[in-house]
Amino acid sequence: MSDKNSIHVGEVALQVRNLDFFYGDFQGLKKVNLDIARHKVTAFIGPSGCGKSTLLRTFNRMYDLYPGQRAEGEILFQGRNLLDKKQDLNLLRAKIGMVFQKPTPFPMTIYENIAFGVRLYERLNRSDMDERVEWALKKAALWGEVKDKLQQNGLSLSGGQQQRLCIARAVSVKPEVVLLDEPTSALDPLSTAKVEELIDELKNEYTIAIVTHNMQQAARISDYTAYMYLGEMVEFGITDQIFIKPARKETEDYITGRFG
Amino acid sequence: MDLYRRRIWINRLGIGLSMAAMSFGLLALTWILWVLVSKGFSVLSLDLFLKDTPAPGSDGGGLRNAIVGSGLIILVTTLVSTPVGILAGIYLAEFGKVSRFAMATRFVTDIMLSAPSIVIGLFVYALMVVSMKSFSGWAGSVALSLIAIPVVVRTTENMLKMVPSSLREAAFAVGAPRWAVSLKVTLRAVKAGIVTGVLLAIARVTGETAPLLFTALNNQFFSGDMSGPMGNLPVVIFQFGLSPYENWNKLAWGGALLIALLVLGVNIGARFLFRQNNKS
Amino acid sequence: MSDAATPIGDEAHARQVGKFKRQDRIFQFVTMGFAALVLASLLGVLLSLAMKAWPALSHFGPSFLWSNVWSVPDNRFGALIAIYGTLATSVIALLIAVPISFGIALFLTETCPVWLRRPLGTAVELLAGVPSIIYGIWGLFIFAPLFAEHVEPALQSVFGDVPLLGQLFAGAPIGIGILSAGIVLSLMVIPFIASVMRDVFETVPPVLKESAYGLGCTTWEVVRHIVLPYTSVGVIGGIMLGLGRALGETMAVTFVIGNSNRIVGSLFAPGNSIASSLANEFAEADPGLHISSLFALGLVLFVITFVVLSISRWLIRRNLGSEGI
Repeated sequence: MSDKNSIHVGEVALQVRNLDFFYGDFQGLKKVNLDIARHKVTAFIGPSGCGKSTLLRTFNRMYDLYPGQRAEGEILFQGRNLLDKKQDLNLLRAKIGMVFQKPTPFPMTIYENIAFGVRLYERLNRSDMDERVEWALKKAALWGEVKDKLQQNGLSLSGGQQQRLCIARAVSVKPEVVLLDEPTSALDPLSTAKVEELIDELKNEYTIAIVTHNMQQAARISDYTAYMYLGEMVEFGITDQIFIKPARKETEDYITGRFG
Repeated sequence: MDLYRRRIWINRLGIGLSMAAMSFGLLALTWILWVLVSKGFSVLSLDLFLKDTPAPGSDGGGLRNAIVGSGLIILVTTLVSTPVGILAGIYLAEFGKVSRFAMATRFVTDIMLSAPSIVIGLFVYALMVVSMKSFSGWAGSVALSLIAIPVVVRTTENMLKMVPSSLREAAFAVGAPRWAVSLKVTLRAVKAGIVTGVLLAIARVTGETAPLLFTALNNQFFSGDMSGPMGNLPVVIFQFGLSPYENWNKLAWGGALLIALLVLGVNIGARFLFRQNNKS
Repeated sequence: MSDAATPIGDEAHARQVGKFKRQDRIFQFVTMGFAALVLASLLGVLLSLAMKAWPALSHFGPSFLWSNVWSVPDNRFGALIAIYGTLATSVIALLIAVPISFGIALFLTETCPVWLRRPLGTAVELLAGVPSIIYGIWGLFIFAPLFAEHVEPALQSVFGDVPLLGQLFAGAPIGIGILSAGIVLSLMVIPFIASVMRDVFETVPPVLKESAYGLGCTTWEVVRHIVLPYTSVGVIGGIMLGLGRALGETMAVTFVIGNSNRIVGSLFAPGNSIASSLANEFAEADPGLHISSLFALGLVLFVITFVVLSISRWLIRRNLGSEGI
């Protein structure tokens, strides 16, 4: 059963086994199985409502904020099931960062936006913190644009810059995995290109899972692609294969339909 | 055609009546404000702020003791009701979405928003004045706080509910604990709205008279001692307005104008601030 | 494997996480405590009023509620005079305020030119914030004399000879009494009711109204057949909210009601409401039955407004809850 969606190349960061997800009575995910490869980009595609965002939000258990939502099954991360009741959520989320559809800068300065997360788990002195902020902003290819206005409010940046600030924020706490939930859907093409370049950079050090509604984007940036439909994992494999020679008819229909 | 004409006339009648209602309301209310300004303006002078309330039947005097007393009572009220209201509001927004306890609190908040303020005065009298054996500025502040707190709770909860869920999730996504998400991210995001709420609460209690009648009482002398009876504008207006002395009546108008200006000023300021911040 | 509580992370992280857990528990505890304080305040009000009212209630028995004697020298007290005054002034206030508020809300949502909507709406909201003592002092010095000189004689000359109705307008036209208090009170609650009604009217989905206009309906017909039925629950809630405010209002009433402890059939006659009795007598009341009876009046007022406000809240929430259908 699980073999179908396993990849035996390199290391595996997250192993999803028989994952079911429920919004109250409605089942949002049905027996999902897959492996997310370490330091690779895995893309999730599928029509809206197919469960791709739901799946992403199980990885850092964001759904836990909402009563009535629950997941069953296993997601193995560093040898442990992160769905375990005993799993500490703060710590999990520090290890598995997330970037959202719309930029979500915190209502504070650019500097503080980064330092906020770092300060939660590390005690750094002023110069170390300065260094860390610079490091994170450089990782997000934002340093050059904001180095002279670190004390300005994060909301004063443009949309594309805000999103890269959020990526810097996610990276700054040195997570293992970064989840991206349609990170470019609210951005203009130029900013989108920048973020895509960035993702390509980041995968050298981080495992990346990205939900996107844009298939060209999935084809451009991902190493593996999962096609989901109605809460089920229809097909999962190496991106080139999925796009060039999908095994399932449904996948092909979706991809060709979109490509016109 | 006849039917059509009838419908048009009914429509005109309805619209006409509604416009009449609007003009009546505006006229009545501008009349009240106009009287207030014209009667109160003649009393406005430096003496009003520098002299204390005069003895019955004597001339001159001002409202210094009442202005200072009101200022102190409202200051303490603000200092008490702001943290209490904000923290209770946070509880309702963050922890109490569905719990019974939170529903009950929400219900009580709504009732207290419109509960008769004179009854609040009775309560604080029974609670504090009786046990401390003295009317006091403290008791006045507690009574006003009970009126201000629901306003702050309500606005805090409403404002926090307007925070996009993605911002909250983003804060959780960096591994922040709940208190940091609330106090450092979401609360900060709605700072302007909450300041507005506090200002509206201040405006609301500034003119409240009934809860002060049996708590702060009044004091015809200048006093900065919150543990004794304290002069305050609303009660002075009440007593002087109902008195037979012309000089006192005049001072009551002066005080009424002051209070109205203050309340309207704070209200307009709060709205302005909120609008300003919601633009960006 | 031994550290079961933190499957992921090293020891420093685990310590930090433990700290967060404690801090969050304290945070939840503290905020909940303040919420409980709000909850306790209402219970405290009820409890303290009931305790202080107990001597009077047990002395006079349930007949306290319908006894129409309020006599300090005789040490005999009943609530009927004050209850009558409270209800009479509130009913008069609503009779005047409801149609006018409805007109204002209708104007603001349907017929007002768009550029005027915001300033007028803000004006109404600001007026709802004017302290009631302003209405009181205006009522005593400006309204009452004019009312006594021009309106009351006119009312008497029109209705004075009509049987039954005439009695309502009997007595000396002194400008101070139940009717005056009701009118001043109505001016005070108009902005309240008008702004709630406007908010409720605005919940009607534009599509619904547009479809009615699309059939060729006039503005009045849209209001009558679409807006009102859609919002009826909320409108009644708004009226109840105004009633709750009117029942408990002290200052707008105390200045002009006349402070007399008698029930005379005439609306021109001075009277007393619960709030005005408290405002006038409480600070100088004799300890014992007198003060306890005043507490009992306060309890009656609180219970009545509690019921009215609960209903209003329920209705308004129900209406606003059905938004977006």
